[in-house]
Amino acid sequence: MTSNLETAAHPETLRRVAIDPISRVEGHGKVTLLLDEDEHVQQVRLHIVEFRGFEKFIQGRPYWEVPVMVQRLCGICPVSHHLAASKALDQIVGVGAGGARLTPTADKLRRLMHYGQILQSHALHFFHLSSPDLLFGFDSDVARRNIVGVAAEYPEVARQGVLLRKFGQEVIRHTAGKRIHGTGSVPGGVNKNLSLAERDELLKDIYPIIGWCRDAVHLARRLFEQNLDEYNAFGRFRAHTLGLIRADGAMDLYHGGLRARDMDGRTIFDHVDYNRYWEQISEEVKPWSYMKFPFLKALGPETGWYRVGPLARVAQCDFIPTPLAERERQEFLAFGAGNEAGKPSGATLGYHWARMIEMLHAAETIKELLHDPDLQGTDLMVKGERQERGVGMIEAPRGTLIHHYRVDEHDQVIRANLIVSTTHNNQAMNEAVRQVARQYLDGRKLNEGLLNHIEVAVRAFDPCLSCATHALGKMPLQVELLDAEGRRIDTLTRGGAGDVAACC
Amino acid sequence: MTDTFLLDGEDVPFAPGQSVLQAALAAGRYIPHLCYHPEFKPHGSCKVCTVKVGERTAASCTLPAQPGLEIASDCEEMHELRHTLVQMLFAEGNHFCPSCEKSGNCALQALGSDLGVMTAGFRHFFPDRPVDASHPDILLDFNRCILCELCVRASCEVDGKCVFALSGRGIDKHLVVNAASGKLVDTDIALTDKAMEVCPVGVILRKRVGFAVPIGARRYDQRPISAQALDDAPRPPSGDGRCAACEE
Repeated sequence: MTSNLETAAHPETLRRVAIDPISRVEGHGKVTLLLDEDEHVQQVRLHIVEFRGFEKFIQGRPYWEVPVMVQRLCGICPVSHHLAASKALDQIVGVGAGGARLTPTADKLRRLMHYGQILQSHALHFFHLSSPDLLFGFDSDVARRNIVGVAAEYPEVARQGVLLRKFGQEVIRHTAGKRIHGTGSVPGGVNKNLSLAERDELLKDIYPIIGWCRDAVHLARRLFEQNLDEYNAFGRFRAHTLGLIRADGAMDLYHGGLRARDMDGRTIFDHVDYNRYWEQISEEVKPWSYMKFPFLKALGPETGWYRVGPLARVAQCDFIPTPLAERERQEFLAFGAGNEAGKPSGATLGYHWARMIEMLHAAETIKELLHDPDLQGTDLMVKGERQERGVGMIEAPRGTLIHHYRVDEHDQVIRANLIVSTTHNNQAMNEAVRQVARQYLDGRKLNEGLLNHIEVAVRAFDPCLSCATHALGKMPLQVELLDAEGRRIDTLTRGGAGDVAACC
Repeated sequence: MTDTFLLDGEDVPFAPGQSVLQAALAAGRYIPHLCYHPEFKPHGSCKVCTVKVGERTAASCTLPAQPGLEIASDCEEMHELRHTLVQMLFAEGNHFCPSCEKSGNCALQALGSDLGVMTAGFRHFFPDRPVDASHPDILLDFNRCILCELCVRASCEVDGKCVFALSGRGIDKHLVVNAASGKLVDTDIALTDKAMEVCPVGVILRKRVGFAVPIGARRYDQRPISAQALDDAPRPPSGDGRCAACEE
């Protein structure tokens, strides 16, 4: 099921083209293409070129600092890290996983924060980062292919995009204390409730927000319909899917059990307790990328890779528990863009449509939560029996996010493992860019517009590259010694396990 | 008739024994300061309260108020000096405000904000200062210590325990715990000690509190340190500058 463009047989004979950096994504990455003399593509790789190290420098810090510290991984979806870490540390203080239960106020305030985050992140991605490609065309004039160009030509679309994101940020501010990098969620609960004044301020805008979210779903659908053949085929590949699911099969982006389905829609596992995620998921290290490659253990590293995020979630949930989003989901599935003869979606550009359905669901959920009096409760924190290990999992805007910590008897973190959404999508993104390279670039003289097709494929996943790289001490490295003519004389490779191998 | 001195061209009355800083604060005139605490004998180590007295400079917390003194505090030269001093404090320690639980309650952060300190301005030292988490209820994060000695003074003069001390000289000076093991767990510090209250930064922390106070309700969220300091000024002293335990 993987394409064979990962490693060329004789790279030293090939011409290298690099798209560096990939623009309009969060973080730094590049795509390298190796072409033969007839411009045929022989190798395509998505590289993540930045390095963070959070898993290492969180060690030794007091556990209650973690939800605030680790959210600095990201400026776009910090709430996801804030909440995943909080859920893991709930378990450390004896809450969840069979211990005490969060209070209704804490649970619902966190959910409100999370759905505010989903809304603002999805709006940011669709309107600011991706709409220039979708509205103007992938190889349109690069000078206007940006949000300023969108604002000039489609002012109402741009305005709604900005205001949707602003509303999501306001939800976060009222629940976390700040629009970016707040402190609202703490181990065992939250540090504030939602005052009536804060609730009313959000409620006054909620109906236009829901309306604009519906419009955005219809815009994404219209774009798909108008370019049906291209969108259906663009970077299309079949993949397994993974995500959290509520006990009744509903989409739940805050909490649930793990569901994995194979590329034919058959269940691999369902409602699995995420506290033992490592029994289902493992990670492979490749020498050419700082980002690890997760896979389903049952299927192995070669065929066990999968897709996460909106496309996977909308396709594999049994229903969305808010009416407008569920109606749009039904139409999405019936349309066929998300279904391939009843099988999970394969169209990479279907991500945009699915993402907008989730944004509508987030807006509807925010409305429901704002009418819930539990948010004005004053019972904010609970504690139970202290534990040594905690796992937190959440469906972040980009997909499944795992935080796993061990804390010693002095309250210091001694181990941290983060598997972020973009990492889950690593192989899927590589697969998409290889398909696009084969479809659009192979045998042709390259120009900016053609190369942007590669970026369009990466952007569809809404990757957060800065979140995805932090495996200190496990970085695979390759050093090449070249002669004056550029011929490789020697290579030294350090693998993910620290093993060093020489060749040539 | 009350004696006065001139502060930035205006009369400030003072009582016998008051320092320039004490008299200024009592009169509702703010002079930026950091290691001074109204309940303890002035220490004069951080120099943030430096003022100009004629052609020379002096720490106003240890400068006795005298009739006829002409003092300049609210002037460009002193602003620049204080700005640089606070920058140096940020550069010397490991002050990661974004993930520090003392954020919003930290005098150094509030002072930096008040003085317009946007960057450390100097190359960071990045000192290696492991935390002491040995005590079951108290965490010591030495990364943030600014050597104000307030904990030393509180522990000695009020608590009578002398749990803390400064060791080393010059650039090597650092806060130590007065126990053979060097660990806090081997001292008799208690959560109710005065030493637990006085740290202006995030060194001495009650465990498992963290970010329990929401943004907006923290000490410096609503009022800048310049306003807060004036409220704090008229307090009776907790210590008399003497330590019975040390003198024994």
